[in-house]
Amino acid sequence: MTALSVPARPEEDVSLRPVPWQRMGWVTWRQHRATLAWVVVFLGVLAVLLYLAGRQLYSAHAAALAACQSASSPPCPGAIIAFNGTNGFLANGFMLQAIPPLIGAFVGAPLLARELETGTFRYAWTQGFGPWRWALAKLVPLAVLLATAAGVFSLMLDWYYQPYFVAANQNLSLTEYTPFFPGLFDLRGIGFAAWTLVAFAIGALVGTLIRRVVPAIAAALVAYAGLAFATSLWLRPAYMTPMVTSSVNVPGSAWVMSQWWTKGGKFAFSGWPPERLFAQYCPQGPPVAVGPGGKPKQVGLAECLTPHGYTQWTAYQPASRFWAFQWIEGGWLLVLSAVLIAVTVWLVRRRAT
Amino acid sequence: MNVIEASGLGRRYGGTWALRECTVAIPAGHVAALVGPNGAGKTTLLNLAAGLTAPSAGHVTVLGGQPAGSPMALDGIAFVAQDTPMYKNLSARDMLHLTRNLNRRFDQQYAESRLGELGIPLKRRAGKLSGGQQAQLALTLALARRPRLLVLDEPMAMLDPIARHDFMASVMMAMAADGVSIVLSSHVLAELERVADYLILMSRGRVQLAGEVDDLLASHRLLTGPAAEADRYAERLSVVHASRGEAQAHLLVRATADEPVPSGWEAHPVGLEELALAYLREPTTVLPGPDRARRRPLRSENGERTEAAK
Repeated sequence: MTALSVPARPEEDVSLRPVPWQRMGWVTWRQHRATLAWVVVFLGVLAVLLYLAGRQLYSAHAAALAACQSASSPPCPGAIIAFNGTNGFLANGFMLQAIPPLIGAFVGAPLLARELETGTFRYAWTQGFGPWRWALAKLVPLAVLLATAAGVFSLMLDWYYQPYFVAANQNLSLTEYTPFFPGLFDLRGIGFAAWTLVAFAIGALVGTLIRRVVPAIAAALVAYAGLAFATSLWLRPAYMTPMVTSSVNVPGSAWVMSQWWTKGGKFAFSGWPPERLFAQYCPQGPPVAVGPGGKPKQVGLAECLTPHGYTQWTAYQPASRFWAFQWIEGGWLLVLSAVLIAVTVWLVRRRAT
Repeated sequence: MNVIEASGLGRRYGGTWALRECTVAIPAGHVAALVGPNGAGKTTLLNLAAGLTAPSAGHVTVLGGQPAGSPMALDGIAFVAQDTPMYKNLSARDMLHLTRNLNRRFDQQYAESRLGELGIPLKRRAGKLSGGQQAQLALTLALARRPRLLVLDEPMAMLDPIARHDFMASVMMAMAADGVSIVLSSHVLAELERVADYLILMSRGRVQLAGEVDDLLASHRLLTGPAAEADRYAERLSVVHASRGEAQAHLLVRATADEPVPSGWEAHPVGLEELALAYLREPTTVLPGPDRARRRPLRSENGERTEAAK
């Protein structure tokens, strides 16, 4: 049947030059262009929706500022309620926190898990290019592309949330967030891209370990959630030593970490005063304690206690540290992603399968 | 040069040894058949040689001393894995392009015309090809790399008899044209009997027997004689497998043709399948070591082989 003869092999090379890296470019693109297209479409649709929602938010904010130029104007309270209620489901940002893990895990986890699950790694890792170079040449470009796409998308998020960071909001009882608010901090700056990157790297590693696509995606999401919660609860507050002030006028944009009271240079109590003290010095009852955005206003309490020798101290992260925090978080996430990718490549190289 | 050389090679999965104390040397220029029942460790040995798995014990080299999985080894070996895994959503043309990009050498023209001759449409997705076409596509990809060693793991398991015949014809053609060494595994000896000139028998994770088919056939005899004398006679021989009837006993022994046979006994040459079955029925019998492969005397390629292999 096959009359065609096999061509003669050329002279054996004395020095073996590896297959050039750029040849993997086509391979990676051909095999993952569909996935990348899905990511772009997904983020593109979200960006359009966010743009439409953002226009509503911006106009509600402008209307509230205009209506409340004099606080007594009749349309003011209605405009405030309207702004605070606009796109309430997006306001705290928690829903959008799901985007980095979804993109990262759904692209990262199948990357090696599918090869291992369907057996195609037996094809891919026995070609002349070599398994670990193959893994590296897939992981790094995809990681860069995903992080770039996420970074571009986060510009849209940054734009959307601007009305919540306007300094005038607090006095008008408009919702104001500190830029450190857990739901918003990593939607902006470099955080969003960095978290997408780390989700991808986690997905790739657990995919290599678990070797099955669906369990790997699930495990990657769980691992990501654990990391994100731990970061928000314990790591992020410790990036920089908080500033401490005895002023009672801490701006609404600051991230208040703790408050305590001293008397005569000695620690008295933290947070809310004991009942006994309260009854003694604030007999008129508790001051109106809740300000805009749900932040307790301690001014009333200070009025009661300061004349009796008590001083209020506040430890806080000022909003001016936002970018410092972004670079710290982005930096260690980048290092972590690089380590996870390196471990994945090492596992492939070690042929731990 | 040995295309695959293992010494003390072992691979453990959890607590079970899929392959242990495997010492074997497969010389170049052969079609070597790796035969054994399912679970004998054939795939494990081939995966180790292809560099897909790291050994738990011992070591394995390929192509004359290259460590398995090293760049030089990957460059020179084309491995067609069991069930010929391919990217199902890629077209045959994409698979060619993929393989070309992943290797230093790739003969695009050869690959395309071979697929054309086989009637495999370049535009069709690999997943939509029949089992036989997938196997032929995988073989084409492997041959177009112009390897020095072609490793085929259970290449015919999925194929119908016609596709098997065509596939083996393609393999033999490549062997004849390019001098590529071939190692292939199967749990069915019958399909390899006609093509293999080197045999490695495996069972229960060990190599039982390895050598050139001619040598193996020449060094075994089937002795037939009175059952009553069988036990006494067997003590003096290295018996591979004995079967006794009422009156007559059959002993498959390791002995050359010039060894004398006592009166009342007849010696017959053995066939390859007969020989393999005798060993596979006695999985604990482990005979010649790998040294044989190296020390073997040079002999002509034909001799009694044609007669013995039918």
